Amino acid sequence: MKYVIMFTFDPELDAKVPADRMQGLYGRAYQWYAEHAAQIADGGVQLQPVETATTVKYGESGTVLVDGPFSEAKEVVGGFSIIDVPDLDAAIALVRTWPFLELPGWGVEIRPILTIGSQPEE
Amino acid sequence: MSGSDAAARPDDASAPSGPSGKVAASDLLLSQVVREESGRIVAALARSLGSLDIAEEAVAEAVDEALRAWRKGGIPPNPGAWLTQAARHNALDRLRREKRYREKLAGMVPGVDSESAAQEDAWPNSPAELDDRLPLLFGCCHPALAPEAQLALTLRAVCGLTTAQIARATFSTEPATAQRIVRAKRKIGATGILLRIPEATDRAARLDIVLTIVSVMYNEAHLVAGGDAAADRDLADDALWLAGVIVAALPREAEAHGLLALLLFHRARESARSVDGELVLMADQDRSRWDQTLIARARAELEQAARLRRPGRWQLHAAIAACHADAETAVKTDWLQVLVLYDLLLGYDPSPVVRLNRAVALDRVGAPTAALTEVDALEGKLTRNHLWHAVRAHLLRRLGRDDEALAADLHALELTANDAERRLLAARTGR
Repeated sequence: MKYVIMFTFDPELDAKVPADRMQGLYGRAYQWYAEHAAQIADGGVQLQPVETATTVKYGESGTVLVDGPFSEAKEVVGGFSIIDVPDLDAAIALVRTWPFLELPGWGVEIRPILTIGSQPEE
Repeated sequence: MSGSDAAARPDDASAPSGPSGKVAASDLLLSQVVREESGRIVAALARSLGSLDIAEEAVAEAVDEALRAWRKGGIPPNPGAWLTQAARHNALDRLRREKRYREKLAGMVPGVDSESAAQEDAWPNSPAELDDRLPLLFGCCHPALAPEAQLALTLRAVCGLTTAQIARATFSTEPATAQRIVRAKRKIGATGILLRIPEATDRAARLDIVLTIVSVMYNEAHLVAGGDAAADRDLADDALWLAGVIVAALPREAEAHGLLALLLFHRARESARSVDGELVLMADQDRSRWDQTLIARARAELEQAARLRRPGRWQLHAAIAACHADAETAVKTDWLQVLVLYDLLLGYDPSPVVRLNRAVALDRVGAPTAALTEVDALEGKLTRNHLWHAVRAHLLRRLGRDDEALAADLHALELTANDAERRLLAARTGR
């Protein structure tokens, strides 16, 4: 099954992390992709800082342009990848080894990709 | 949702009661038969269809049909086969309506239109193989589902309760419960949660979630808001039954034996716990009313667990319950032993509720001041729990601080939603 994994973090908390520790984590994240290459269907992307976000929203009299991310939450999406593993347990096990999860504020959201035959029945 | 919940479970206190005791007895039998069979059928159907959602709906509908038919015509000689046949029929109906499942029909062809009982032998029902309900149970209690969803889905898919019963037992409304169950089933289907017992590394943690849900199931039976202490015995009975199913399927799991022992100890005290709808605290219970047969079974389970040499929190909870069962009178309770067991329990479960119970033991070994300090340290963590205020009131009274004790009792009174507990606290505050 294919899942998108979305990396989320709190920029304020990340800003408090010493640069050398951050550097080390980036190195280990790079290795993580290499080690799990067989399960990674698409490396995905890392996003520019949230300050660069622009959101176009629904408005009653036409679309509205907003300077900022879609959500006002403290946590922001930092990037995503696509993994291909047998089931959710395998996805959870893989994601648990993501090096940045050592940092407060970090999270990884796991979402299955909609495919033919897996549509919700509503 | 379909109309599958139209028939309330027959022993549901809210259902219209029959004209005689005879009807009630046969209704009780009906619900036991349903409970014994429905989880197996959901598990088997879910496996062959690859859809828990459809399997569960089909079985719920079959249960509904069965309750209506059997109440009139009596229980057939092989109720499992009857339910299986009906559920399968319903499932096939649903599949025919859904294009995307059509290809799966191919795999079911041998049974599609057959009425022969021989077909039923192909369904996994042999005690020799691992109980099919266990993988279903572990799937329903997957940690990716919220605890409320785990509980509701387990009650529905494994125990065969109707949405109405689940709503009542879990302080929820029927629409909210129905939605919770549908979402949980769909999440299982859409996210690739497998109905299976997890591998070694995750197994202990996942079993603990399952056991927790069974324990919650037992406790919820006693906490129904607006209910009397004796009401909803049935959910407690379901929990005991399920604990027994788990032990039978996983006899090498010490914690499963521990939980069953704990629930049996609690059940043994049941008839002394509630007198004329009034709650009686353990210290005041008539111990001659404790069920010695159940206590003996509980002890046997606990010994079985101990032989497996894998200690854990459920066994410790059961060992504490055993200390109470051993005491002929409340004053003869070995509180020092209880305290030691709570100290050990904290190593597995440092939750505020365990700390609160440990404080009670601390008081009983003659350290009420230390107990109050410990209780006060939990302020903010348990302030919404009436028991915290009730224990605090008791300790304050012991220490001669009567005004503060009364205030604490009144807080407890405000917070409890259960009628029987409310009356007990009201008696204490003279209201």
